[in-house]
Amino acid sequence: MQEFSRLVPSGLDAAARAGVRPGAGFLAGGTDLLQLWKNNVAPASLVVDLDRLDLRSISAGAHGLRIGALATMAEVAEHPEVKRRLPAGCEALLAAASPQIRNMGTAGGNLLQRTRCGYFRDIGFACNKRAPGSGCPAIAGENRELAILGGSTHCIATHPSDFPVALMAARASVEIHGADGARRTVELEQFYRLPGDTPHIETVLRPGDVITAILVPDAPANGRATYIKVRDRQSYAYALASVAAGIDLQGGKVRDVRLAAGGVGTRPWRLDASEAVLRGQTLTPALIEQAAAHATDGAQAQSKNEFKLTLLRNTVRRALQTVSS
Amino acid sequence: MTLPVTRRDLIGTSAALAVLPLPSLADESSPPPSSSTQDAVSLTINGEMHKLSLDQRTSLLDTLREHIGLTGTKKGCDHGSCGACTVHVDGKRILACLTLAHRLEGKKITTIEGLARGGTLHPMQAAFLEHDGYQCGYCTPGQIMSAISVVEEGHTQSEAEIAEWMSGNLCRCGAYTNIRAAIQDAAQAKKA
Repeated sequence: MQEFSRLVPSGLDAAARAGVRPGAGFLAGGTDLLQLWKNNVAPASLVVDLDRLDLRSISAGAHGLRIGALATMAEVAEHPEVKRRLPAGCEALLAAASPQIRNMGTAGGNLLQRTRCGYFRDIGFACNKRAPGSGCPAIAGENRELAILGGSTHCIATHPSDFPVALMAARASVEIHGADGARRTVELEQFYRLPGDTPHIETVLRPGDVITAILVPDAPANGRATYIKVRDRQSYAYALASVAAGIDLQGGKVRDVRLAAGGVGTRPWRLDASEAVLRGQTLTPALIEQAAAHATDGAQAQSKNEFKLTLLRNTVRRALQTVSS
Repeated sequence: MTLPVTRRDLIGTSAALAVLPLPSLADESSPPPSSSTQDAVSLTINGEMHKLSLDQRTSLLDTLREHIGLTGTKKGCDHGSCGACTVHVDGKRILACLTLAHRLEGKKITTIEGLARGGTLHPMQAAFLEHDGYQCGYCTPGQIMSAISVVEEGHTQSEAEIAEWMSGNLCRCGAYTNIRAAIQDAAQAKKA
């Protein structure tokens, strides 16, 4: 592990100022960063420890939910208002990692978990995400777990987190405190970048930006929702495919529907085409089938993960059946 | 006559012998070299205050094992995948391998060594003994620390629920059946 010094700022402005210094990196729960540092994958020489910032509270109002960025995954999953207003988010959190890690990892940090692509996490290999321009051995290599949506000729790394999939479906936003002291809000849909030819740039965050909260608007389709996760073992594993589905059904008609997928995309993936099939229509098994078929619009399987095309469509079908039954 | 040699002395000696001719093979999981910056930190472990001087990079796991001599907490993967290093911080189970020791000042750390009261085992330790909830024993301290939390968190309604909430602790020997039985028993005993 590369040597570092550690700063523990007591306020957001001080944290943001420290965050723009060369070699700086923010530390929240540390569950991913400690792994990356130990393997010299994403070293920081100045660790800006967010431990003392007051960003842990979860509140609910007429507008919806406000989840402090430093609330732990366990705290978010157990919060009664989150259970009520964002059940798919709770299910996603409880399907993620292990109870120990959920006591450490934070909501904000979970948005920024780095890919589990084995080439990214091993400095013995080339990787465009870790070392821009070095190449992508995954495309011709071990790509079973990697993306079928959003990839480029430079990178096909999957975003590994569950919670942001539910947040993406729920049309959540990210509240950010900028290095200039200004506060801004970015829709999660706009937060993650596609890899393109710059896979090392994963979000719209700029140096010094601190995520302060996740905002989730109230909606009937967010309150009637589920998260289905399919993986190699039943617990404590990353998704091969997962789907967050929320629906607002009125007299058999789909007034609103929200769908997003995980484990298949280079970022948490909105399933717009499937939503469009369903919205305003009378929900039937045939319509669900049609929506599931559109989940893989634009998908491109890699040499070892063609099964993900079928798996994703099946997971969409199951999520829609579950949430509408 | 019994020689006054403990298992740990023996392991320590043989490990040192094995490493001596190959100093260049010291891997990244070794404690950081002593030449780097050391900062003071006070940690409360099992009710006892320890004043230490540690590199900022030192994990709680390495602190316990290499700097304090509490080797009950085990290093399995050192990457948060196995649960062997599970300890309690302020009453909650966490992974010592993914925790920087310097962040724990003022917090209450409990390890496997802090469970027994005098000569009396913690009920969960006794339940593991009773049900033979281990084979090689390497994952056992982490299993027991997690098991205590599972009962406190109230996730013992069914065997399936116990299995799910114990999923962060791997046992390569596959003693899961007996581990779950021990937890069910300890949970029942606590309710009674």
